[in-house]
Amino acid sequence: MQPTDVGNPDYYHKVVDCQWGCPAHTNVPEYIRLIANGRYTDSFWLNRSSNVFPGILGRTCDRPCEPACRRTRVDGKPVAICRLKRVAADLRDPTDDRLPEIPVVKNGKRIALVGCGPASLTVCNDLMPLGYECTIFEALPRSGGLMRTNIPAFRLPVAVLEEEIDMILDMGVEIHYNTRIESMEELLEEGYDAIFVGTGAPKGKELNIPGRQEAADNIHIGIEWLEAVHFGHVDAIGERVLVIGVGNTAMDCCRTSKRLGGTDIKVMARKSRPYFKASPWELEDAEEELVEIVENYSPKRFVLEDGRLVGMEFELVSWHKDEESGRLKATVHDTEFLPCDDVILAIGQDNAFPWIERDIGIEFNHWDMPEVDRTTFMTTREGIFVGGDAAWGPENIIWAVEHGHQAAISIHNYCQGLSLTEDRPPQDHNLISAKMGMHEWAYSNDYNPSPRQKMKHVELVRRFEELSIEVEMGFDPEQTAHEVERCLNCDIQTHFEAKLCIECDACIDICPVHCLTITVNGDEEDLRTRLMAPAENLTQDLMVSEGLPQTGRVMVKDEDLCVHCGLCAERCPTAAWDMRKFELMIPYAGQEAACPTHV
Amino acid sequence: MTYIPKPAVRHPGLGANELGLHLRDYEGTISTLCAGCGHDSVTAAIIQAFYELSIPPHRIAKMSGIGCSAKTPAYFVDEAHGFNGVHGRMPALATGANAANKDLYYIGISGDGDSLSIGLGQFCHAIRRNVNMLYVLENNGVYGLTKGQFSASADVGSRSKRGVPNKSEPIDPVALALTLGATFVARGFSGDKQQLLPLLKAGLMHKGFAFLDVISPCVTFNDHVGSTKSYLYTRHHGHELVPVDFVPIRSEISASYEKGSRTSITMHDGSMVRFRKVPEDYDPTDRLSAYEHYRSLQNRGEVVTGLLYLDPGGEDMHDDNATTSTPLAEMAYEDLCPGSEQMDALMEEFR
Ligand SMILES: Cc1cc2nc3c(=O)[nH]c(=O)nc-3n(C[C@H](O)[C@H](O)[C@H](O)COP(=O)(O)OP(=O)(O)OC[C@H]3O[C@@H](n4cnc5c(N)ncnc54)[C@H](O)[C@@H]3O)c2cc1C
Ligand SMILES: Cc1ncc(C[n+]2csc(CCOP(=O)(O)OP(=O)(O)O)c2C)c(N)n1
Ligand code: SF4
Ligand code: SF4
Ligand code: SF4
Ligand SMILES: [Mg+2]
Repeated sequence: MQPTDVGNPDYYHKVVDCQWGCPAHTNVPEYIRLIANGRYTDSFWLNRSSNVFPGILGRTCDRPCEPACRRTRVDGKPVAICRLKRVAADLRDPTDDRLPEIPVVKNGKRIALVGCGPASLTVCNDLMPLGYECTIFEALPRSGGLMRTNIPAFRLPVAVLEEEIDMILDMGVEIHYNTRIESMEELLEEGYDAIFVGTGAPKGKELNIPGRQEAADNIHIGIEWLEAVHFGHVDAIGERVLVIGVGNTAMDCCRTSKRLGGTDIKVMARKSRPYFKASPWELEDAEEELVEIVENYSPKRFVLEDGRLVGMEFELVSWHKDEESGRLKATVHDTEFLPCDDVILAIGQDNAFPWIERDIGIEFNHWDMPEVDRTTFMTTREGIFVGGDAAWGPENIIWAVEHGHQAAISIHNYCQGLSLTEDRPPQDHNLISAKMGMHEWAYSNDYNPSPRQKMKHVELVRRFEELSIEVEMGFDPEQTAHEVERCLNCDIQTHFEAKLCIECDACIDICPVHCLTITVNGDEEDLRTRLMAPAENLTQDLMVSEGLPQTGRVMVKDEDLCVHCGLCAERCPTAAWDMRKFELMIPYAGQEAACPTHV
Repeated sequence: MTYIPKPAVRHPGLGANELGLHLRDYEGTISTLCAGCGHDSVTAAIIQAFYELSIPPHRIAKMSGIGCSAKTPAYFVDEAHGFNGVHGRMPALATGANAANKDLYYIGISGDGDSLSIGLGQFCHAIRRNVNMLYVLENNGVYGLTKGQFSASADVGSRSKRGVPNKSEPIDPVALALTLGATFVARGFSGDKQQLLPLLKAGLMHKGFAFLDVISPCVTFNDHVGSTKSYLYTRHHGHELVPVDFVPIRSEISASYEKGSRTSITMHDGSMVRFRKVPEDYDPTDRLSAYEHYRSLQNRGEVVTGLLYLDPGGEDMHDDNATTSTPLAEMAYEDLCPGSEQMDALMEEFR
């Protein structure tokens, strides 16, 4: 293999699995260390610089970082990254003094944003400090988009939501509530310098099977129903509820039903558990509340008696892989009738852009979605940008945030007459030795064997009393103290200087997980089989050094299981290994890449 | 020396041995030697050897005297028996222990100071008695523990860290072992585990006295330019005379080698030492040939390594003395001590 180029910021960034997995590249290990040092406000601020909504995300994030977390590969369970974020948000001091100053004299550029979800809010967050005048048009009477209307208050308290949204709106964003934009053409006529579309994926999918129209009174579309509950238009449901679909929306629907009078609640899944879309923790939380999850039941028709819904008929199916197409195919074994009072459809969301005229230069593709550039977030009409769920279909908050950051960079470049691609500021990185003394490092390198801490929940009886009682209680100080130490500090990189190595094997011998090998070079496939321990995880890179001075062999490191204990560096007599802190420098609108600040 | 214990995690891709034990189960406490010490590397190879041979930890006895090298038994197989005696007396301790319990695997770890100065006589007599043990001499050319004085293995002309050359003739433990009749004589290098591991395994499985000299650089006092025991010098002057593989009896591949052929030697228990290449004019089972060959290469300034001599005969001190088949350690007290009546009768005989 060619010697690894560790000067490319991607190489070490990828070693920080959580940060690499986070769409907004939140510096997780650093914020965890700040929590460990009791610096909650700094930790919160570091979070906010990349993910904008730490308190909200600390409760609701989809957490792609956690399945990626190295700790999973070491002891089976990821670090509770998300919960720790909440610790920082809950325990921080007021941070008003840290908010950027908003120029009194504006830069003369006016930006219109359609929809007030996390995507639009992030754009405002990044552009307001640069002197832009941002105007949001929101169809509903409140801010926050689905974060407010669809994520139930028992998962996300309104106070937390509002505090973090207000940090942005209070920068002086002009917002028009109850203002649905009905025509892009008309909006264009108002002469904004750029327009950002952050309207989400607002349409719940339909289930067109017999009886749908006739039983409409007792069939609810999940996201609309949750919104109606949020605004108080709905405050009750029948005792027996069938929720169709098994994604995260279904989880919120069934748990909300539980709080509105439902007693016998079933979530009906067409497939079996491995295919469920809901996050494992959401499934767990629903089951804890005694919601029944029924597998392999495929809806056949709504059953009515005297014009009223009395239940649904399902086909009992089993699934097998079709040899030719490779897709799953169902075989029907039987049908079954399940009685119910209400049905909630939670089988997905669609985008809808009835308000964008098709002849104004915005190209739509064959899914009837606007063509949006993956890097610039601009449509085929200059000056119109799309982000969040509106861009490529429903995702989650953290993706909406990252879209917002990227769109803000583009909008800024666009308004300043810079290229959206060539003038896009690149990422950069910093690498600083973590050595403090003979055996002292600027991080806690000792491996802590604590198991993942379990989140405590409000008692079952108590939590159903009111819709807004937050179920998760947050980590107590002791849990926090354990959990922060589980983090392996993957950003403290093992940095190697081949020319210093005398091939004494000390590092190889000490490594607890056998990730280092000195051997003759070869191609990657071959090398992976010749290491101290087989390197079978192909998603994890091999670091290969230049030829070593004494024998010309190479040092190979399999990044997969390194616990960043620093023992290789402690054992190395020549300091060929050093532990160096990697900091990703992330560019934001109007700024060169910089280390997110926490001071 | 490090301040944290080695993390208690292991690579799930590394399996277990025949006993269901993992490599890390054969570790000891964390080493307190200097970072980069050759001795630590030998320790790692010993851990690997015991693990691969699936030897139960409680069947191992680790013996040593004084020196950095002699400290290392603490760093491997925590659960083994062990005795750390006075300077240079490890051979006597091992001989005594072996006399009492011949069924354990004995490994003695010594240094060039420990074996070739204060303990030279002890070393010679352990060879002479053909004690069934693996004797590892971690050879760095200096007294490491007492801060780097030349030892008896330092070559003429090798320079100390301050630049002073050694003038005394060295004692060569390999030549000594060959002449004194050791039944297994080998040399390895701590910086070449690929070679060291099979030597350790063969030495552990050899019945009789197995001597293994390991060039094991002292990074702190003897790894500089001018030293003949540095990593660089050893790599530049190393001559692997007879590379070997060790094929344990349990391993299936042992069947594919012909017994008694010139390139593979069957040991007392049926396991095999396979020589990967043997020079034309060299017979590793002929002591005289081995000695001549060794000396001629040495005179050319080469550091000869490999398994230099092997007598697969399979006799040891217990065979020579026709001791009981039950180890003394397992005999009942009554059998060990015949009692005063019997003693009196015996004494009568000599009156
Ligand atoms: C039930 C449910 C639970 C969820 N739970 C989570 C979770 O726990 N964690 C997570 O990360 N994600 C969750 N999500 C997804 C997440 O809420 C969305 O991905 C995210 O809010 C998308 O943000 P956005 O800014 O793109 O748009 P949205 O949040 O959808 O906001 C769009 C806004 O635009 C407004 N709007 C639409 N059209 C117009 C128009 N023409 N004129 C003016 N205003 C308009 C809407 O009223 C809305 O306020 C959940 C989604 C649902 C449905
Ligand atoms: C009876 C006695 N004499 C002298 C010493 C001092 N002493 C301690 S270690 C040592 C030499 C060790 O050298 P070596 O065996 O080569 O071991 P190394 O430290 O080099 O591995 C000496 C002379 C002692 N401990 N006991
Ligand atoms: S162990 Fe810590 S730094 Fe490593 S991936 Fe997990 S959270 Fe991130
Ligand atoms: S830091 Fe070094 S010794 Fe520790 S696990 Fe990683 S490579 Fe191994
Ligand atoms: S410990 Fe240092 S000098 Fe020794 S092999 Fe490792 S990197 Fe090279
Ligand atoms: Mg010595």
